[in-house]
Amino acid sequence: MKKYFAGIDIGSLTTKVVLIDEKTELVSSCVVYTGYDGLSAAKEALEETLKKAAISRDQIQQAISTGYGRHLVTFANKAVTEITCHAHGALYFFPNARTVLDIGGQDSKAIGLDPVARRVINFRMNDKCAAGTGRFLEVMAQRLRIGMDRMVELALKAKKALEISSVCTVFAETEVVSMVAQNKPVEEILKGLHQAVVNRVYPMLRDVGIKEEFVMTGGVAKNRAILKALEEKVGIPPKVPPDPQITGALGAALLALENKES
Amino acid sequence: MSMWARMRYKAVKDLFLPFFVRYVQKGKKRSVKRPPSPPLRINKTLKALIASHYLLARYAEGAVPVAWVTSGAPVELLRAFGYYTLYPENHSALCAAQKMGGSLCSFAEEKGYSQDLCSYAKIDLGVHYSRKTPVGRLPKPDLLFASNNICQTVLYWYKVLSKAYSIPLILFDTPYNYQSLRPEDLSYMVSQIHEIIHQLERLTKKDFDPEIFSKTLEISKSTCETWKDILYCMQATPAPATIFDIFSHMLPVVSLRGLPVALRYYNLLLHELRERVEKKIAAVPNERIRLLWDNIAIWYKMRDLSNILMQHKANIVAATYTNAWAETIPYMDPHNPIESIAKAYSLVVLNNNLKHRLNLIYTLAKEFKVHGILMHSARSCKPYSVGQYDMARILSSQYNIPCLIIEADIADERYYSDEQNRTRLEAFLESLT
Repeated sequence: MKKYFAGIDIGSLTTKVVLIDEKTELVSSCVVYTGYDGLSAAKEALEETLKKAAISRDQIQQAISTGYGRHLVTFANKAVTEITCHAHGALYFFPNARTVLDIGGQDSKAIGLDPVARRVINFRMNDKCAAGTGRFLEVMAQRLRIGMDRMVELALKAKKALEISSVCTVFAETEVVSMVAQNKPVEEILKGLHQAVVNRVYPMLRDVGIKEEFVMTGGVAKNRAILKALEEKVGIPPKVPPDPQITGALGAALLALENKES
Repeated sequence: MSMWARMRYKAVKDLFLPFFVRYVQKGKKRSVKRPPSPPLRINKTLKALIASHYLLARYAEGAVPVAWVTSGAPVELLRAFGYYTLYPENHSALCAAQKMGGSLCSFAEEKGYSQDLCSYAKIDLGVHYSRKTPVGRLPKPDLLFASNNICQTVLYWYKVLSKAYSIPLILFDTPYNYQSLRPEDLSYMVSQIHEIIHQLERLTKKDFDPEIFSKTLEISKSTCETWKDILYCMQATPAPATIFDIFSHMLPVVSLRGLPVALRYYNLLLHELRERVEKKIAAVPNERIRLLWDNIAIWYKMRDLSNILMQHKANIVAATYTNAWAETIPYMDPHNPIESIAKAYSLVVLNNNLKHRLNLIYTLAKEFKVHGILMHSARSCKPYSVGQYDMARILSSQYNIPCLIIEADIADERYYSDEQNRTRLEAFLESLT
């Protein structure tokens, strides 16, 4: 019977599950909305992942949970923070990664890595604030009644950006409302919003030190307008894993495999 | 001071307290969950000591002169005049540990005090307005005694109290130590101490007794030296206690400094810790990570933090905070009391430059063989929190000691973000293993 290892990442918005085999090969993954019950979401995502790969539950030898809901997962062998998990997930795709930026739904973090020792040297997280997170862009998309995909598309078209407060989501929303009232081009507003997110996380990156390879993970890394704004600000194009949203869960699965070996 | 109050005070002190202490020490029989670490035997004695200190305080009003004092004031001067002393900072910490901090702060905020004010001050003012305290009742003070060696806030806070109770406020002003103690600073402080003695003579209508003063100094000095020995028991691997144990044992050195009871108590504590070191009893089973703490404790989160650390087999073994009462008070010299007291109180860590603090942190980190440093950036305590980001950068880049900064508050639990601090702390501990 083949053995598998699971990583379960319960984030504020979505719950991700990743399965790998003993050779660290990614076997299956699944993303569901977390909703109000993190544990149920984790169970649901796990079942779905197992079904996709036609694997039975008892073939999972170890499971590690991560993310905000990591302590909820009663069936996991261990809970590890998303910082350590994103670091390991990033190193899986980019073995020379030294700086990792993860922008999730609820918080963002900059992580400094030692790729040789495969460990976290330092990290910074944003403080009790939605600015600089995926939530910021969601709030704005809702306010402008525009889908996320369309938002990115338009932002990429803009030649220049309007400046928007990078400090507070609530005040930035007010700023956007007044820009709309002044009939400013929506592309420029949207580009400004993406820059605001980058401006907010930039000091955190500088604090841990921006070194190549520079990797971006987390759901927001799927947003091409953010990647563009980040490259413009930092001067280095960030490398992005194939499915950035599941990097944390993948890291957890890799740690589950290590956990079995130790 | 009425005759009746004095008799009642004496009766409570000499006849009732011994029974009370025994009663509290015996404690209620409760089914306790398995504690994460073996508790210290002496904890019960500490509980009795704190309870009797606050109980006797109630009867002190009207019987003996009562003073409210800041944690860094040269209380030995008041002891020479027989003052019963209470420490509002200590009382605020006690309220915070009972998780009453936020609600008491809101009483002060209702009266218009800024949300940004120190939560020790806010809690104390909240107690004043609401009359709520976990110790039953606080005696009205006859005198306020403050020193700005810990911060400037105490001066304005005590001015408010002075007005509220219509009582005098004595300030001991300690110039900040930028490089080294200058002769003119020392003589300025010495002249203040002479002036304070005159004021106290006028207030109590008693003559200053240099002999009692020297004796008190001697007790203070020995108490702080014993406290230092206690802290250095934590050098042992595994450490015999957690920093949270040590935090809760700070009351005697802060509030009862200069009284024989504090010295007696610490000799017992020292004995128990040495016994644990000898038998290699670990406060954190299988201790793997040793940490240093900077800044005041987070009084309402002691248990939670202790549990997280315990899960990761980590222990905080030293703190600049607990060290503050061991660092400079040994400068006291009973043969040169006035000058030495000025030196001992003005060179405390919060009144000393950041270079000094950086060196101190580095020295403690080496002495206690720590793997990392936890810096509590306390919203309340600006003098303690300023410079932490720079120090953290220097410590990690130049000395290769990893640092984590936790944003929180000393006593107001409303400023604490559980999940964020938990993730930060756990990620930090994971990076150290």
